[in-house]
Amino acid sequence: MNAPRLIVTASPHVKGDDSTPRIMWTVTASLVPVIAASMFFFGISSLLVVLAATLGALLTERFLGRPRSLRDGSAMITGLLLGLSLPPGIPLWMAALGGFFGIAFGKAIWGGLGQNGFNPALIGRAFLQTAFPVAITTWPTPGGDFFALKGDLFAFPFMSPSADVVTSATPLGLFKFEQQLTPIVDLVLGTTGGSVGETSAIVILLCGAFLAWKGYLNWRSPVSIILTVLVLGQLLHFINPARAAGGLFHVFSGGLMLGAVYMATDMVTVPTTNNGRWLFGVCVGAIVVIIRVYGGLPEGVMYAILIMNAFTPLINRATQPTVFGTVKLKEAK
Amino acid sequence: MAFFGFAHGVHPPEEKELTSALPIRRMPYPDELVLPLRQHAGKEAKLCVKVGDHVERGDPVGLADGYMSVPIHASAAGTVTAIDWWPHPDGTMAQSVHIKVEKYALQVPRPRLVPRWEGLTVEQVVKAVQDAGVVGLGGAAFPTHIKLAPPKDYTVHTLIVNGAECEPYLTSDHRTMVEYPERVHFGLRVMMQTLGVSKAVIGVERNKPDAIAALERTKPADLDVTILPLTVKYPQGAEKMLIKSVTGLEVPSGKLPVTVGVVVQNVGSLAAVAEVFDTGLPLLERIVTVTGHGLRRPANLIVPVGTKLRDLLAHCDGVTPDAAEVIIGGPMMGLAQSNLDAPVIKGTTGVVVLAAHETRGEIVYPCIHCGRCLDACPVFLNPSWLGDLARVKRYADMADYHLADCMLCGSCAYVCPSNIPLSQLFQASKVALRRTLQAAQQAGAA
Repeated sequence: MNAPRLIVTASPHVKGDDSTPRIMWTVTASLVPVIAASMFFFGISSLLVVLAATLGALLTERFLGRPRSLRDGSAMITGLLLGLSLPPGIPLWMAALGGFFGIAFGKAIWGGLGQNGFNPALIGRAFLQTAFPVAITTWPTPGGDFFALKGDLFAFPFMSPSADVVTSATPLGLFKFEQQLTPIVDLVLGTTGGSVGETSAIVILLCGAFLAWKGYLNWRSPVSIILTVLVLGQLLHFINPARAAGGLFHVFSGGLMLGAVYMATDMVTVPTTNNGRWLFGVCVGAIVVIIRVYGGLPEGVMYAILIMNAFTPLINRATQPTVFGTVKLKEAK
Repeated sequence: MAFFGFAHGVHPPEEKELTSALPIRRMPYPDELVLPLRQHAGKEAKLCVKVGDHVERGDPVGLADGYMSVPIHASAAGTVTAIDWWPHPDGTMAQSVHIKVEKYALQVPRPRLVPRWEGLTVEQVVKAVQDAGVVGLGGAAFPTHIKLAPPKDYTVHTLIVNGAECEPYLTSDHRTMVEYPERVHFGLRVMMQTLGVSKAVIGVERNKPDAIAALERTKPADLDVTILPLTVKYPQGAEKMLIKSVTGLEVPSGKLPVTVGVVVQNVGSLAAVAEVFDTGLPLLERIVTVTGHGLRRPANLIVPVGTKLRDLLAHCDGVTPDAAEVIIGGPMMGLAQSNLDAPVIKGTTGVVVLAAHETRGEIVYPCIHCGRCLDACPVFLNPSWLGDLARVKRYADMADYHLADCMLCGSCAYVCPSNIPLSQLFQASKVALRRTLQAAQQAGAA
């Protein structure tokens, strides 16, 4: 009998098909329709912004991350999500800088994949929001020529960008500062001003449903976020219609869909337990509504998720599963 | 009977079709048998032969060392050629008796070594089962006679028979139920009478309809035996999961099944008890599924205990060129072998030869806390959290998070997308924790 070279592994000796890179790259692939939808509304500009942010993220991961960590695809997702959360007219160097900051300070210094406490894409965006408050709140109007740039995308770093593009406030800004309500249909389809990826709610929902069906996305946090925003938004609307828009408006406007489906489901930075994910989602939803209705900012998804990221270890600790055979034990005592 | 399943668990590919339809065949005696004295849970047997001794088939080579022990018998007539330390399937070396099998010996038993069952008292049955060296044939090799005499302060109301066989690839219990259903029922009768229980449930996974049919067909009319089809899910055959599935009761954490009035026996053990009282011979052979995509001719074989893996695989026409890993037991909980000289022992349910493409990859990614292991763990642990703790060696904290309840079923490591060897971490942590506690005890005593 021929003697093969045997390997010895610890049990179990077989494994399911899914791998971390496969999950990450599938999520990446699921973002393609979202980017495509954005290009439909904003033209080439949205693609350029996403590419710049991704390039910044990937280069940073390459030089600051662990060896071969580009292969797991997580830096790619960070870059894409960051790009999607920026306005389509933002100068590209800012987007790339956000990608660098998100990976370097949101992930690499924590120890790389799996170790970071906060969503790296949101860390990058929070940095840009603080550093360039004007550029990140300049919202170009959708439509127009496909190849027409939506802003001074190729501005040199630290030069004042020339602003000769048509801008319009986002639906949330319109409501907050001008008490003007955008029709829900426009919100669902995405024909409104806003970030690259926060326009078409329906496309994001479909992509999220696909991921949930594949088992690559835990549906509990997005569902609980959306339900909380819907219920709480509607409740506040009944109390004071002038101040708070309706629940549906809140659900479909701003970055809520992108945040709920793609950022509040980042496995690394949200609770591990299913109960914890429900709790996380409810809290995120509540903070979003509170910031939007009572805060000074028109939008609060980013801060809501970042705040709750900080509570993730605590939630994990509080929602440990009940071990088999321990409930009866307590009763017996 | 409210529940027919348990929560969580995983669905690895069954791969049972390789052998599920193959009738059990007898394997010829190899030239040499190796009998480790440690083949069961509890104390290892005490050597009782010396080099040069001639042994008949069924003669003891090791005697039970106390109550928590069973004897080991020569599974073929021959001469003791050596007593040495030999590779054991668990990866260690164990004191073993080598027997050169006598060619052309009749290998027939002399007068029966085990008394007839009829008319024996409970104590005599327990003694006879111990003397026959019967252990749980489901893999753990826990001495059967101990389970036949549960502590007196508990009442046992149900005997549950484990015919789930949830490990992928393995079909030895399946074939036993299909081909020897009368033996299963006879063994059940012996056990029910010895335990003094009136009710028995045989749990069989639904993927074995022929086994369920065979058991139903041969069911004795005078016994209260239910054959219960179970959900096909790993680890359905784990003792606590099976009890939950059959009775809806959760065995308390850290307690034995008898605390909820249940005793669980494996189908193979039942058949072994039946065979022992039937033939008058001690446990000398067992049914082993030899299978896998790395094996040329999979089979269900009656194998003499002590047959070396090398001989067993050769009998199955050897392995294919892409064979990569030889496992004793199933692929979920079995032990990979580094030495094909290790013998088949009483607890060997199967030998699986995995092809290279089936084995686990080498690359391990960091834990991304996806939570899949939490949804897989049948005892509701948090393997992700325990894995993080194990990596930083916080064993005492792991104990607080119920490390002791982990039965190393491997469900968490099976679903882990990052390929983290969670079961291995937990096994190592259990050992490390035990050492720490022992050291603390010794320090306290000193």
